[in-house]
Parts: sequence; structure tokens; C-alpha cells
Amino acid sequence: MQTSATTDTMRPPYPAESGAGVYSNKLGMWVFLASDVMFFTALIGSYVILRFGMTEPWAKPGAVLNVPLTGINTFLLICSSVSMVKAYAAIADGKKYFLRKVAGQTLQDGGLKFWLLITIICGAGFVGVQVFEYIKLVGHGFTPTGYREGSVLAEHALADPVKYGAGVAGMYGSTFFTMTGFHGFHVTCGVVSMLYLYFTKVLPEKYSPQDYRGIEVIGLYWHFVDLVWIILFTIVYLI
Amino acid sequence: MSTVAPVRSEAHDTHHAPMSFWQKYIFSTDHKIIGIQFLFVSLFFLLVGGLLAMQIRWQLGFPGKPMPGGGILPESMISGGVILPEYYIQLVTMHGTFMVFFAIMPLLVGVYANFLIPLKLGAHDMAFPRINMWSFWLALLAGLIMVAGFFVPDGAPRAGWTMYAPLSARPDLSGATYSQQLWSISIVVLGLSSVMGSVNYITTIINHRAPGMSFFRMPLSVWSLFITAILAVLALPVLQGAAIMLLFDQTIGTHFFDPVAGGQALLWQHLFWFFGHPEVYILILPAMGMVSDIVANGSRKPIFGYYSMVFAMIGIAFLGWIVWGHHMFMSGMNPTLGSTFMVSTLLIAVPSAVKVFNWLGTMWRGNLHLHVPMLNAIGFVSMFTIGGLSGIFMAATPVDIPIHDTQFIVAHIHYVLFGGSLFALFAAIPFWYPKMFGRLMDERIGKIHFWLTFITYNLTFFPMHIIGMGGQMRRIYDPTIYDFLKPQQPMNEFISYSAFALFAVQFLFMFNFLWSLKKGKVAPQNPWNDNGLEWSLPNPAPHGNWAPKTPNVYRGPYEFSAPEAGDADFLPQTKKLPTDRDPVPASISGGGH
Repeated sequence: MQTSATTDTMRPPYPAESGAGVYSNKLGMWVFLASDVMFFTALIGSYVILRFGMTEPWAKPGAVLNVPLTGINTFLLICSSVSMVKAYAAIADGKKYFLRKVAGQTLQDGGLKFWLLITIICGAGFVGVQVFEYIKLVGHGFTPTGYREGSVLAEHALADPVKYGAGVAGMYGSTFFTMTGFHGFHVTCGVVSMLYLYFTKVLPEKYSPQDYRGIEVIGLYWHFVDLVWIILFTIVYLI
Repeated sequence: MSTVAPVRSEAHDTHHAPMSFWQKYIFSTDHKIIGIQFLFVSLFFLLVGGLLAMQIRWQLGFPGKPMPGGGILPESMISGGVILPEYYIQLVTMHGTFMVFFAIMPLLVGVYANFLIPLKLGAHDMAFPRINMWSFWLALLAGLIMVAGFFVPDGAPRAGWTMYAPLSARPDLSGATYSQQLWSISIVVLGLSSVMGSVNYITTIINHRAPGMSFFRMPLSVWSLFITAILAVLALPVLQGAAIMLLFDQTIGTHFFDPVAGGQALLWQHLFWFFGHPEVYILILPAMGMVSDIVANGSRKPIFGYYSMVFAMIGIAFLGWIVWGHHMFMSGMNPTLGSTFMVSTLLIAVPSAVKVFNWLGTMWRGNLHLHVPMLNAIGFVSMFTIGGLSGIFMAATPVDIPIHDTQFIVAHIHYVLFGGSLFALFAAIPFWYPKMFGRLMDERIGKIHFWLTFITYNLTFFPMHIIGMGGQMRRIYDPTIYDFLKPQQPMNEFISYSAFALFAVQFLFMFNFLWSLKKGKVAPQNPWNDNGLEWSLPNPAPHGNWAPKTPNVYRGPYEFSAPEAGDADFLPQTKKLPTDRDPVPASISGGGH
């Protein structure tokens, strides 16, 4: 820096802008997640308003939906969040490998390739179980328009209108499939993105402890999707 | 001392390779080209929206008379030259949709956020150039889907641009099946495009400012685009969610908005206006920001009350979230809630007035240079004031009851959208035209265009206040069917003649814009003697902007007539005076950095 006699040395040099203090990809993902929050808020808020605006009772939890199966599915998704953290921690420590033997331990030590694969498998498993659940539900007669006429569910609803929420079947189906469907779509997008990263960046070992931004950014997204599911599971399945 | 900016994406390192036509102009990731793409596409939609408006005016001015040139339209729209009621409602719907979503919004945000943000911040490009490209192509796709609505069986959507349910949700009520679905799909795609764009703008503004460009040295245009992007990122997804529910109602038989099956029609209105009111500010804040830059430039004075301008915009943006109910006073909402919304709406007048007085304070005793951008900027200030005042007037629930859904509302929205946003665009387009194309738009045609537009615009929209007070409904097909509206028919005719003149005048602008592309006067590097960073680049700005270097910023953007400037009456942000010290670089963390 040139310092001439006229330089105002009493004034401190102006700091260059540090911005948010994080790199742009991560900041961009945070902003996108804020926007996604608003998207799910629209869906969930509408659900809450529609459900409590109903004059007739809502279906009892577990009457239509298979709560234990989805409970297991929820566990699967939470596990995938854990394995995502493990993948992140692995690459931060420079563990690019799949599995490696560690002296004195029975279990092998997992690296980025291992933990991200586990995350992908858990995520794909979640989508698979959800598809299976949808097929079963539609088979029983639960559709976005309500209980299909002549189906098992329609008969149950006739026999026990309170338990099966016969009067709200249309709204139940509309909200259930829209909310869980869009969540499933988000999970699918996450799995596809992780698969892409796995083959283009992780297997060729492009990530290093100096730069693993892709893993951190997809991890943010993944935890967000997980969090949304915990809210959805609570308000759609449990109450 | 190093002057390297803190964050530079690796994507910028490849910019000097020669590019094919397709890379350069079609699948471009250069923010300036994307801005220009947006400019051409949205000016086209502005023209389409204007053509639809002319047909509306023909029907209102001369109901039952054959429309000149109506013969080219098919029988399903026009019978014996006379506009059919079902075509009229399509016109009203699509005029609103095109103007709001595909003309004004992309003109303000798509064009100027893309074009100005990196140039005014000293960045080489947007933070995510490829996402930016996709944002443009998705917006174009959304526009084409919307246009396709005219060409499907039953014609364009018929539920008004606000798509109130259950009319929009049930084809048996609206009479249009496919185009209503296309509307929903188009809005979902457009929302995606808007979110992608806004993520880019926010990230770029936070992370890609040149050394020395602190938040409070940013020009107000960038501030306004920043706040707009935050609004868009939070508001558009709500509309997307609502449009998706509407689409499901229309296609797979859900019942979100159909009261017959337990849905809530009012829910659509709440969701739409929860998006819709922030959207109003998405449509005006960038205009305010750009006008602030131009008013300071045309007055050769620092902007009056820079900080209060910024905080007024933040205040408007915040209040914008809690006023949506004022669109629904007459919808059967709880009256107590209506009072709450009335108070919050009236509050918005405070930051808006702060801005108006600051513009006046800037011009007060300034050395006014009445170039075309400045004239249009003054037009903006005066017309926005009228539109804002009628806004406060309507915000009072007792007043809203009689004038709700009348032409008064139409007058108000046009005073803020045409008188506000569009005048700001007529200011911004010639102002940054040299930076885009290297040439100046013709000054004389520009001045004639301004005065003729200003006069015919007022002759068109001001009388709408009067016939609205007289009770003429907003989307009425034929006002003469009511005896109490018959005395107003001469006024309707007058409005129509003025509207045709207003439309005709816009061809001056179109001619000026297109002619100047090739034949305009070659612009000097800084034709307006402005301080902004963008004028330190040649015209048109090269690909990569300042790359590989980054400019240093030494002061705010409004140092006009500063004593330090010497003989010139402006002091560019990049000009280093002997007393200035260079900014020091900063570091970032995370992700392995």
C-alpha cells in the first residue's frame, strides 16, 4: 500500500467485505431452504386450517394409515441423517475411503464412500417404503378424492363413521397425499443429487479436507428434509 | 496489498475462451446477457398484455359494436365482430396475468436484478451463473405455457388473474378446463424460476461485493433488489403451494378449495394474497430503488436521507407481510380482523411517505438535469404518490365497502403499476441502455414519448376513479346494461380513446428502443456522469466484467457535487483520492476453507 503524506492515517482502512462469512453455495442453500420452509408452510398451514375447519370429526390416528410401518420408515430417515453427519465428519477428517481396518478394533472404520452410500440407501429405502405404503393405501381405497366407492375402507367408514372420519374422507385424502407426496418428492430429489455426487465427486475422490462443500450443502438439504418429515409424521400420522 | 475479493467462484476462470453464438446469446450464463434476454421477452409480454387491454377498452367503451380487426379472431371469441362475454373474461384474466407475472415482474427483477447487481457491486458475475440461466429459461417456459392457454379448447383461463376459488377450481363453473390447469402449471414453473433467481441475487449481494462495498455503500437500486429478492424467496413458494393445490383440485379431484366437499374457498384468497401483497412490493420496490439512483443523478445531489431510504424499504417489506387481508375486506372475513389489517395497511403509508419526501428533498434546490430517465423518474414520483394516496383511502374499511371491486381499484392498481413501476422502467431502460448495448436511446423521441405517455396515461386512468365511485364494476362486460351506469358511458368512451392513444404512443418507445440498437448515438463511457461502479467499465460491459481484477470501492454511490470532486460534479465510487486508503481483504470459513 502506498502511504503518501496526504493519506488520512487517522482513518482505519476500510475492511473488504466478508459477506456472510460462509461460501456462496452454502449461503445459497440456506436461502433456498428458507424458501422451502415457506412452501411447506403453505401446505401444512392449509392442512391445519382445513382440518380444524371441518364440522365433522377427523379420522382417528391409525385407523386408515399404517402408523407402525411409517414409524419404522421415520426411523430409517433419521438414521440417514446420522449417516450423513458421519459422512461429513469422515471427509472433514480426510477419510476418503470406503472401509478400513483399525488396529485393536473389531469394527472397521467407515469413510466418506461408506457413509454416503448408507445415506443414499436409507433415503432410497424411505422412498421405497413410501411407494409401498401408497400402493397399499390406494388398494384399500384411500385416494386423494376420498374413500373409493366399494372399497374396504368405504365399507369400514360406513360401519364406523367416527373412527374412519367418513365425513372428511375427501379432505383427508387431499391433504395426506399432497403433503406426504411433496415430501417424498423432496427426498427423491435428495437421493438423486447424492447419487450424482457419489459418482462424479465421491468415487473419483474429488473431495478433500480442504474442500468438501458439496457434502456440506447436500447435508443441509438432507437434514431439512428429515426435519420436515418429523413434523409431517407428527401432525399427519400421530394426531 | 492484495485487493482480491473474498469469494470468487471458480466458474469465472473460463471466461476468455471464444464462444459460439449459442453459448454467447442463447445458453449464456453471463448475467448481462440473461438480463437482456429477460428484457426482450418481457417487453414482448408487455406488448401482448397491452393488446389485450386494448380489446378490453374497446368492449367497455363501445359495447355491442364490432371491434375493428376483430374478424381475425375465431368464432369462439368474437361473434360478428363483437367480443363475447366468455372471451372478455379471458381478456381480463390474461391481461392481469401477463402484466403482473410476465411483464412488470421480470422487467424489474429479471432484467435489472440480473443486469445491475453484479455490475453495481463489482462482482464478475452472479454467484450461481448456471442457476441464473435456468431461471431465465424456466421463466420463458412458464410464459409459453401461459400463452398456450389461448390455443387449447375452451380458450384462456376465465377466473380473473387472482384465480378465486371455487370458480378457478371447478371447470363446470368456469367453463375452461385445460387452460385453468395450464395457468396453475405455469405459475408453479414461474415460482421456481423466481426462487432460483432470488437465491442468486441474495447470495451475490451478501457474498460478492467488491472490497470496500459495504452494505451501506450499496446503491439504493441494489438495496431495493436485495429486499425484493428476500420477499420473492419467501412469497413465491406460498403461491406455488397454493397453485399446486389448485392444480390438484382441477386435475386429480382433491377438494382444497371446493366448499361442497368441505374445502375452503376463502383459503385460496388467504394464500393468494399472503403471496400477493408481498408481490405488490416486489413490483414496486425495485422501481423505487432505480428511481432513487436516477433522481440523485438527475439532481446532481446526494440522495436525501440514504439511511432512511433503506430503512423505509425494510419497513415496507416487513409491513407487506401483515396486510394481505385488505384485499379481502368484502370476502366475509371477520370484521375485527379487518380493522387490524386496516391499521397495518395505513402504517405502510409512513415509510412510503418517507421515500416520497426524500425524493423531493433530493430534487429540492438540485441542479436538475431533465434528461429522459430523470423526466420519467419524476413521473414515477408524482404518479406513485397519487396511487399511494388512493391506496390509503381504500385501506379504510368503511371506504372500501362501496368502492371494492369497482373501477376505482383498477385506477389505483394502474397508478402504482403503470404510473409507478412502468414509468420507473421508462426511466431505467434509457438510463442503462448504453451499458447494455453501447448506444444511447434518442433523447428527442424519448422526451416526446414521456410527455405523450404522461398525458394520455392520466387521461386514461384518472377518470376510472370517477366511474369507479359511480359504481362501475371492475370486470363488468357491458356497463350499459345497468341504468345507473348509463350516464357514465361517455366517460367510458373517453377513457377508451385515451387508452388507444396511450397504446399508440408506446410504439414511439418501441421504435426508439429497436432503432437505437443499431443507429443510436454511440455512448461515451459515462454518459450520465454517474458514480456507479458499472460506469467504470466500457460500453457495453465485457463478459466477466472486471475479471480477473476486482475494483476497489472508496465511497458511497451518491457523491454528486462533492467538494473533493474538483471540477467534475461527481465522484465515482472507484476513484481513489489521495486521502483514501485501500480496503483490507477478509476471509471466509466453513466447508474446508
